[in-house]
Amino acid sequence: MATQQIIEISPAELLEKVSAMKAQGQRLVQICCSKLPDRLEVVYSFDQDFTYVSYRLTLADTSTLVPSISKIYGNSFHYENEIHDLYGIQVQGISIDFKGNFYRTALKTPFNCAPEAEVQVPS
Amino acid sequence: MSERTIIPFGPQHPVLPEPIHLDLVVEDEKVIEAIPSIGFIHRGLERLVEKKDYVDYVYVAERICGICSFIHGLTYCMAIEELMKVQVPDRAQYLRLIWSELSRIHSHLLWLGLTADSFGFESMFMQSWRLREYILDIIEETTGGRVIFGSAKIGGVRRDIPLAKMDEIMKKMRVYRKDVAALCEQFMKDQTVKHRMRGVGLLSREDAISLGAVGPMLRGSGVAQDIRMTGYSGYDRIGFTPITETAGDCYARCMVRVREMDASFQMIERCVEQMTDGPIEVKVTGNPNGEFFMRSEQPRGEAIYYAKANGTKFLSRLRVRTPTFANIPPLLTALAGCQLADVPVIVLTIDPCISCAER
Repeated sequence: MATQQIIEISPAELLEKVSAMKAQGQRLVQICCSKLPDRLEVVYSFDQDFTYVSYRLTLADTSTLVPSISKIYGNSFHYENEIHDLYGIQVQGISIDFKGNFYRTALKTPFNCAPEAEVQVPS
Repeated sequence: MSERTIIPFGPQHPVLPEPIHLDLVVEDEKVIEAIPSIGFIHRGLERLVEKKDYVDYVYVAERICGICSFIHGLTYCMAIEELMKVQVPDRAQYLRLIWSELSRIHSHLLWLGLTADSFGFESMFMQSWRLREYILDIIEETTGGRVIFGSAKIGGVRRDIPLAKMDEIMKKMRVYRKDVAALCEQFMKDQTVKHRMRGVGLLSREDAISLGAVGPMLRGSGVAQDIRMTGYSGYDRIGFTPITETAGDCYARCMVRVREMDASFQMIERCVEQMTDGPIEVKVTGNPNGEFFMRSEQPRGEAIYYAKANGTKFLSRLRVRTPTFANIPPLLTALAGCQLADVPVIVLTIDPCISCAER
């Protein structure tokens, strides 16, 4: 497979790094979030000529604000709405902000909720 | 300026096999803007990875989509194989390629029928689905399943295709190739098809790149990007070249799919010629550790499986980015400025698969 690389950055560096990727003509491939026992990770992936580069933000919890990159990459809005709805990541300034209504789920932030909340069947 | 009206399109609509909603902002008959809304069938399959061990999850991955089920299972297996440094035998790679390309042909035939149906070309719909049945029959003969193949496994494949069966299938495939080519020629040369699709739903090369389009949506705008170019699963051995068109309209996206079907028949033939006897799987022991983004080219475009493992039998995260999810923002650009009557045709030229997109 083609090469791939994951680079750790802070939320404050995000817009600058993403702008640089856009200037290079990179394609935004995906944004995803992972919940780990002690932290949340948000990964922004870019591709150009099959070279796959990702920037990773590590967040202690959902109280950290993450700037939206939708002014740089217009297609980021649905990824950002997705990480907000499934994990509760607070993304500021999304171009099309569904305000928690992108996914119609029975539970709020279903991928980042306490295990006892998962087993409750909504009446 | 004319008065603006918002027309809801979907989630239930005759051309939509699955639910997606678009708020179409129109002035008279002209669409000014489209605002999407999904989430009607979100299944949370990604999180099931915490409850199904990494071997069993192959069956869940295959059920993410009913059309490209095999390629979903395959991409998941390849992600785990990368993490565990498993070398898959050559014969298994060729078999994976054959089933992947059969999936592409039947998916494109399904799409062709639905697209023809979207503007009332009923006989084309019936003919393309008739031919699709023959491909599904071959899939059933070789895997035992028509929708869920159950053939992909970590370390190889579950079933082999015996030589005699392979010869029999190839004889049929040569006939089907001619039938599909004749049908596609009829579709692409039809004056009504040209009238409804040429210059409609334009997406420029620059927009296709900056909006993250994938698959025929991207290649129809002149970008030669196809994950099969990376050579996964034996594509490097059969001389793969991506198919592109430059017009960026609905007709160009259709032409890419039509030409891809013929290329898939050729690739299957080359695969059968090159295949040699050998094992179809290797034994996999231990648990995966690390993280990897695996990419594959599904009929609708690039799919991404991000697997993050912690050395136990349960992955800590699996993220699936499907092609339809990536093609929603380019669709909104293609819809802006079109006529209201063209909306169903434009929507179908991204070949939407919403169950995939919502996982």
